Amino acid sequence: MHCQTGSWGSYVPTTRTTVGDPLERIERLASENAVVIFSISSCCMCHAIKRLFCGMGVNPTVYELDQDPRGKDMEKALMRLLGSSPAVPVVFIGGKLVGTMDRVMASHINGTLVPLLKQAGALWL
Amino acid sequence: MQSFKAAAPHTTPDMFCHSSFFLRGDDDFNPANAFHHDDSVDLSSSSIFSLKSSNVDVVGNSLHYDAFNTGIRAAEIVSSGTGCLDTGQFMYQKGTTLGNGHIENWGDSGLADNSQQTDTSTDVDTDDKNQLQHGAIITVDQSKLKTGDQKTLRRLAQNREAARKSRLRKKAYVQQLESSRLRLTQLEQELQKARQQGIFIASGLSGGHGLSVSGNAALAFDMDYAHWLNEHQRLINDLRSGLNSHLGDSELRILVESVMAHYDEVFKLKSIGVKADAFHMLSGMWKTPAERCFMRLGGFRSSELLKILGNHLEPLTDQQLMGICNLQQSSQQAEDALSQGMEALQQALVDTLSSACLGPTACGNVADYMSQMAIAMSKLATLENFLHQADLLRHQTLQQMHRILTTRQAARALLVFSDYNSRLRALSSLWLARPRN
Repeated sequence: MHCQTGSWGSYVPTTRTTVGDPLERIERLASENAVVIFSISSCCMCHAIKRLFCGMGVNPTVYELDQDPRGKDMEKALMRLLGSSPAVPVVFIGGKLVGTMDRVMASHINGTLVPLLKQAGALWL
Repeated sequence: MQSFKAAAPHTTPDMFCHSSFFLRGDDDFNPANAFHHDDSVDLSSSSIFSLKSSNVDVVGNSLHYDAFNTGIRAAEIVSSGTGCLDTGQFMYQKGTTLGNGHIENWGDSGLADNSQQTDTSTDVDTDDKNQLQHGAIITVDQSKLKTGDQKTLRRLAQNREAARKSRLRKKAYVQQLESSRLRLTQLEQELQKARQQGIFIASGLSGGHGLSVSGNAALAFDMDYAHWLNEHQRLINDLRSGLNSHLGDSELRILVESVMAHYDEVFKLKSIGVKADAFHMLSGMWKTPAERCFMRLGGFRSSELLKILGNHLEPLTDQQLMGICNLQQSSQQAEDALSQGMEALQQALVDTLSSACLGPTACGNVADYMSQMAIAMSKLATLENFLHQADLLRHQTLQQMHRILTTRQAARALLVFSDYNSRLRALSSLWLARPRN
């Protein structure tokens, strides 16, 4: 599957302006697609993780927090969720939190990432 | 007797001893010219003078006729304690009065005539001989005097030599200090200039301390790594002998586990090293040249691990084969992802450091410059994270390989990997020692 260099999967602009809990918003966004990555456009590690999924033939949904009006709150919420900084990049697969770069890589090496992706429908054999 | 006073200060003690008025040097003295016992003059005073020759003033004073008596008396006091002069043939034992009396005579007769020739010490020598032949009688135990004098002469010469050497050493040391001082002021000036030109010296904020801290971290890691490598070799040798001696699986497993646990140690060390001095870890200066050439992101390429193992792992079950293939693929993909992340990092740095504010219009715009530098700094900080991720990848690849393989296969794999690395290190040594031309 060819990965476009311009756009990373589908960028979903938010139309609703409800003042909701940022964590709720994160969870909602995460469940809308098979693979969801929260990122910051200038972050190089985020770039690396995007390339990893692309290299596997996965088409992730990427939310650039620095381009979102409520990005700051979401970033803070993610930091609380993860218990550490930096908050990005963070990956959700099938609506469930997988984690940051080290967790994603560890699961890929130990062979648990691919089955998870297949289960979520992001990968086909 | 002004003549005597004049002579002594101009002569070195050395010369004085040799050309003493009273003792004509070891070779000059002619027994045939020895004088009668009865009229002997206290010649021993001369040897006493030679003993005291290090203190030229005393000698000089003693030469003066007026002080001569006192000098002789002092000599008596001295000589009574010195063994070598204590022979029956020395007159001063016979009685001081005699010596004094004769000296007086000497002063009246011989010395008076001598006065004209005392300005040049060489002349004094021969004239002295003549004078003494005419006048005063000197009895002396030649051999005893000679050896005693020789000893003292030698000692004096050694003292002089030592003093000279110590003076030279001191001079050299002072010169060294001076040049170091100059160098220090030069360096300070350079540093001042560099700071004025607005070059951002990271360690400048904490003085030189920052540089020394990272230097110490690099050194500390290098040393720890060297220790680790030694221990690793020992464990590998144990594993090798275990495998060759056809140990049972359970014992072999213990050996394999100890090697794996030891690998955990090196990754801990590297983690500390990356936090302390990321650039040192990245540089690979802690590895040998050949190893360094093939490393990626601060260590061995995890995708290479399985390539090195090749078909040493056979025979593999189908499940194992699949596991190995997946591992090969996933480690390759992860490695590529990290490499591309690093490329993005470099590109971001290029963009930041070559931005417009550094162009012809904004040379003095310090605020812009500083903000760009701050961005660049934050970019550089992600370098640590990349190195950390790369090490994690290496560690996890090793662990996954260990999980897939049986104990015996894992033992073989560890040996092959370790041998490859040690051969690479040996290759580095050979390369460095190769004959040029």
